[in-house]
Amino acid sequence: MAEIAYKSASCIYEGTDTPAVDRLTLEIEDGEFVVLVGPSGSGKSTALRMLAGLEDIDEGTITINGTDMVGVPSKDRDIAMVFQNYALYPNMTVAENMGFALKMRGLAKDERRRKVERAAQLLDLTEMLDRKPAKLSGGQRQRVAMGRAIVREPQVFCMDEPLSNLDAKLRVQTRTQIAALQRRLGATTVYVTHDQVEAMTMGDRVAVLKDGLLQQFATPTELYDSPVNAFVAGFIGSPAMNLVSAPVTSEGVKLGGTTLPLERDQLAELHEHGLTSATVGLRPEQLEVAHPGEGVDVRIDLVEELGSDSYVHAHLTADDTGEPATLVARSHSRTPGRLGETIAFRKSHGPVHVFHPETGQRLAA
Amino acid sequence: MSDPARPTSTAAETPRKSASTEAVVPRPSTENVHRRRRAHRKHRGVGMIWSALAWIVGLGFFFPVLWMVLTAFKHEREAYTDPPTLLFTPTLDQFQAVLGSGMGLTLLNSAFATAVSTACVLALGIPAAFALSLRPVKRTQDVLFFFISTKMLPIVAVIIPLYVIVNEIGMLDNIWALIVLYTAMNLPIAIWMMRSFFLEVPPELLEAASMDGASLATAVRRVILPLVSPGIAATALICVIFSWNEFFFAVNLTAVRAQTAPVSLVGFITGEGLFWARLSAASTLAALPVVIAGWIAQNKLVRGLSFGAIK
Repeated sequence: MAEIAYKSASCIYEGTDTPAVDRLTLEIEDGEFVVLVGPSGSGKSTALRMLAGLEDIDEGTITINGTDMVGVPSKDRDIAMVFQNYALYPNMTVAENMGFALKMRGLAKDERRRKVERAAQLLDLTEMLDRKPAKLSGGQRQRVAMGRAIVREPQVFCMDEPLSNLDAKLRVQTRTQIAALQRRLGATTVYVTHDQVEAMTMGDRVAVLKDGLLQQFATPTELYDSPVNAFVAGFIGSPAMNLVSAPVTSEGVKLGGTTLPLERDQLAELHEHGLTSATVGLRPEQLEVAHPGEGVDVRIDLVEELGSDSYVHAHLTADDTGEPATLVARSHSRTPGRLGETIAFRKSHGPVHVFHPETGQRLAA
Repeated sequence: MSDPARPTSTAAETPRKSASTEAVVPRPSTENVHRRRRAHRKHRGVGMIWSALAWIVGLGFFFPVLWMVLTAFKHEREAYTDPPTLLFTPTLDQFQAVLGSGMGLTLLNSAFATAVSTACVLALGIPAAFALSLRPVKRTQDVLFFFISTKMLPIVAVIIPLYVIVNEIGMLDNIWALIVLYTAMNLPIAIWMMRSFFLEVPPELLEAASMDGASLATAVRRVILPLVSPGIAATALICVIFSWNEFFFAVNLTAVRAQTAPVSLVGFITGEGLFWARLSAASTLAALPVVIAGWIAQNKLVRGLSFGAIK
């Protein structure tokens, strides 16, 4: 249906010096589900609104199927958007809300009704077609907003944090529904969220943004396994990756009195840059709880019980770094230790991530 | 938002939420019930005093109006009796006399000036309010201040230059002069009022409509105006009341042809001596349209701004 390309597209809000979106380049394939993720102020919503035509493209361009979108008003772009607050028309019934775009396109009344009913069936809204939005629950309104988008069969779906007003349980449920619906309709979708769990579970590919700059654009597993910099490493994954600055030795890095061995190419690159310290990253699931002396000695600060697992927050007892370093480990045991107890964390599997201490760029593979 | 490096995980939170058990509500003890009942009784006593006071004040305000309406249906000799006559045979003589003496024309003049100036205010004010709320421009605050600043000068201070200008362009005793002035007089208030209603409309609605393929004009007509129509009705009502009751411009700038109802009322006091019953009838006639307009607008106002667009 549609291929989208951002080509060094920038958006600069009036009265500010730094662009909200800075020379963004993204190529989105036909039928792909792409998630834009980042903390607030990262420009992810602005990037989406530029595609939708709600924000100006000040520099560069965005193309849909090769057609330049600069200066094209949103009503002529054939894009459907689901807003964070749904933006349903309160004066219209559910059916009128969903049929509004078709009416604008000049479709006959009975055909409109047919299309609306089909979309309503898909979203389980048939009973609510004659109600006003005010009479619906949050989840139902969210579905109406989805229905208003899909009834149009547009080239592109834009979704701006469509789940953030739902409660946690409904959010998880709707997340899977939206992903399944998108696969079924096969429409190119750009989805904005600040929730990295949503990004990881829904997207074919995920674009991580920070301060208007694209950090990495890759599949969820690639983001997880080889983040390009310390920001992406810390942003993707929950709980976040442990990032500790540690002094470099000949075999690896020193962490809490013990040496954490590194790969040969990582060491080579550290020496090549002449670095005496590095930021090392270990995911909580890469650490396992052991007896003191069997790894890095730590003292337990907090244990978070989740039923299936527990997260052990602890700080290093022997500190080489100067600043107090805390680590989080994921333990399958329900009783990994008591508060204040000294235990050890041991690296169980997978490579250690190494980042440049100043630029945060990933070193070696 | 929390620390961006550590986004909260919904998956991690879910099991916790479901783990929280329902709180057990203890049954209130009998002592508690008694105490609450005593407090309630005391509360009710205070409430009765307040509502009695409210009735007294309310009747105090309404009584002159009631007296005016009653007097309008009396013969002139019954209107003067002391103690006042409460039982009398109602008559329409006074209304006939009032309309016969030419008040009909002044009522028509008032109605025309009110209707046309209110229509002008809405035609100019709705786009202005829209531009100053949903599509804010540079210097929105300055523009708003300019509008309200025009209300700061007392009318008495401008009446002489106004009189000179109106005289120069030959518009004295012309209803259109009043229409222009009433429009100018009500426009700032109308813009401020309607702006506050427009501000309640989420801007995403306009964006959603434009994504759905509607032009700006269609989006405003189909989506925005239906939402703000109660606000527009309230604004129109205020404009109607202000123009209908306006006296100062009318008394200075009109004479015979363009005279409005408030000015003609004065005629009943000074010109023909004190005729209480007739004056009451004229006042009742003058007050009636505003009451009717208020009653019509009220049905619309009560419906209120029922938003369901957000969340």
